[in-house]
Amino acid sequence: MSQADFRGAASVAVGDVQLRGNFRRAMDGLMEKRAAQFTDADEEGRLRALGESIRSRSLARLPELLEKLEASCKRNGIQVHWAETTADANQTVMDILKNRGARTLVKGKSMVSEEMELNHFLEAEGIEALESDLGEYIIQLAGEMPSHIVMPVIHRNTGQIAELMEQKIEGAPYTEDADELCQIARKVLREKFYRADAGVSGVNFAVAETGTLCLVENEGNGRMSTTAPRTHIAVMGIEKVVEHLQDVPPLLSLLTRSATGQHITTYFNMISSPRRPGEVDGPEEVHLVLLDNGRSRIVSDPELKATLRCIRCGACMNHCPVYTRVGGHAYQAVIPGPIGKILTPQLQGLDERGDLPFGSTLCNACVEVCPVKIPIVELLLRLRAEANSPTGDSSVKGSGAKRDKTEALLWSGWQRMHASGKLYNSLSRVLAKTGNLAPGFMPPLSGWTATRTKPRFASQTLHQLARKRGVPDE
Amino acid sequence: MSEQHRSRIMERLRTGVPPTAPVESDFSVISEKQWPLSERLLRLRQRLESVNGRVHECGRDAWVAELQKLLAGRKLKALMYAPGTEVGDELDESWDRSDSALPALLPALEPDTDIRERVFQAEAAVTGTLGGIADTGSLMLWPTAKEPRLMSLAPPLHIALLDADRIYNTFWEAINQQRWAEDMPTNALLISGPSKTADIEQQLSYGVHGPRELIVLIRS
Ligand code: SF4
Repeated sequence: MSQADFRGAASVAVGDVQLRGNFRRAMDGLMEKRAAQFTDADEEGRLRALGESIRSRSLARLPELLEKLEASCKRNGIQVHWAETTADANQTVMDILKNRGARTLVKGKSMVSEEMELNHFLEAEGIEALESDLGEYIIQLAGEMPSHIVMPVIHRNTGQIAELMEQKIEGAPYTEDADELCQIARKVLREKFYRADAGVSGVNFAVAETGTLCLVENEGNGRMSTTAPRTHIAVMGIEKVVEHLQDVPPLLSLLTRSATGQHITTYFNMISSPRRPGEVDGPEEVHLVLLDNGRSRIVSDPELKATLRCIRCGACMNHCPVYTRVGGHAYQAVIPGPIGKILTPQLQGLDERGDLPFGSTLCNACVEVCPVKIPIVELLLRLRAEANSPTGDSSVKGSGAKRDKTEALLWSGWQRMHASGKLYNSLSRVLAKTGNLAPGFMPPLSGWTATRTKPRFASQTLHQLARKRGVPDE
Repeated sequence: MSEQHRSRIMERLRTGVPPTAPVESDFSVISEKQWPLSERLLRLRQRLESVNGRVHECGRDAWVAELQKLLAGRKLKALMYAPGTEVGDELDESWDRSDSALPALLPALEPDTDIRERVFQAEAAVTGTLGGIADTGSLMLWPTAKEPRLMSLAPPLHIALLDADRIYNTFWEAINQQRWAEDMPTNALLISGPSKTADIEQQLSYGVHGPRELIVLIRS
């Protein structure tokens, strides 16, 4: 795979007027809706503090809570599997499907399954895996990645979706009526829910105390995928566990209000076991796949572990001036936006995605809205420092990968110059005389001057000017 | 395979996760949400209506008559219900089977037939609820062997019966007062309106996978 390049992809995206319009409109709407939910600053502050405490507690006790979750699930009849890497998780899903003789499956929305690239994997194995969330279904038709974690197809407008559905769905007429488009999808997917051998879902919260898997959704496709087929496989990152059932309501409230400005979503689906004796619907088997894929490393760092508090509400991207202008695809990552910029480099390594932490203005808008108060800006700075680490001996994967010898030399020179008054004075005098001779059209200055005017050195240094005015020179 | 992965992951976590001071959680921001019954009812109603739910209030023994009034003239052929539940038994007792303008009652379960087949074809279903939540406008459902999970999901019209005195302030209050954590059912649900999506350019559309319509009868 060629090296991902946020900077390059972002400059292309910025030039796409249609795309920028699509995102601008959508993000403005989402910000407004969130603001309407949090009109009481005191309530907002206390609820976010509560959310933060719940997620911090979960992470602080992660080993113990995972064991508890496993025990509770087993007691309820849910089969638990552990996977260290995404490849392991895919294989686990495949083994379950084989065991059950399943050839077709329907999927609810799940970011972890995107991280696993589960669909690609299953397709290669001859399994039909159909996304059933409307947005996910549409991007699957288009062969695209989600561009937002809550609204996967936000990058397309209605006309673009109408065209795609007309092309890809047999017998579908061209229509720009959203209701009609939904009904076309409903018809196709109904049939699939009815016939699919297995359902795959993600997990929003897993409750250790009771062995309960919680799913948040509006459409009902998640309930369909976890109720109609004979087998249900849930995939989750190990960080998603919470201690008590009573920890769930505050997180649910923070999640839906921050994400889309809803008091709550249409469905909150809590699954605690497979079908019990006497019951007539629901899967006969429920499997839970716990994926690590680098999370156990992240949680070991006292500062970076805050990354794993995330409840995937998407508010940070909705409020991000960079995300709104470049859209989700420019990040070339499963999770875009501010949270993606701190999570992706930690999961994939700074050697692969060390570009991401640098693509930020550090404006703090994300931090101000994050419902679990992740200090995203501090973590961006930490990862920048990690990427430039001279030793590279840290727990962060790929630490030091971005270190550039020339740059490091330049900065050490800078440091020396500022430490000595003599050196500083003579160098600044030289630059005042000759600095403007440096050609702006050539590197390194061309990187700056390509889109900005060239800054000019003044003919006299600040020290010289001050002396002329009689400011005593110490 | 899973076993080895488990032990390696757990090993990393046990050695890696730094010890921290215990973290306390203060739930007062939720527990202090308390409203008198009349306001709980009003809130639930407003919240549900704001997401296209339809709410009707009626007397304790008048709900079947109210439902008949609502369904007369809707040209439904059948209404799926769950015999043997409280709601089902009351329907059985009071449903006017002679009125041809009303749908016939269709039992959810038939021996030797797959519930999926029946419920995917049903036009409407009526279920009970465990209670409601004022804060979010939600219904709580614990489907059972007699009243299966798909009844509140597959048919285009879902009708739910709610007792006004079972409207809690918050979800948090309900799970604590009803002691859910002690014994969770196979599936517990919060339902807050009909199925919806805004995935197509943020335009709200109802009935994408689940019911297009939700009617809530509140009896008090
Ligand atoms: S980092 Fe915070 S704001 Fe962003 S998705 Fe996660 S929880 Fe939401």
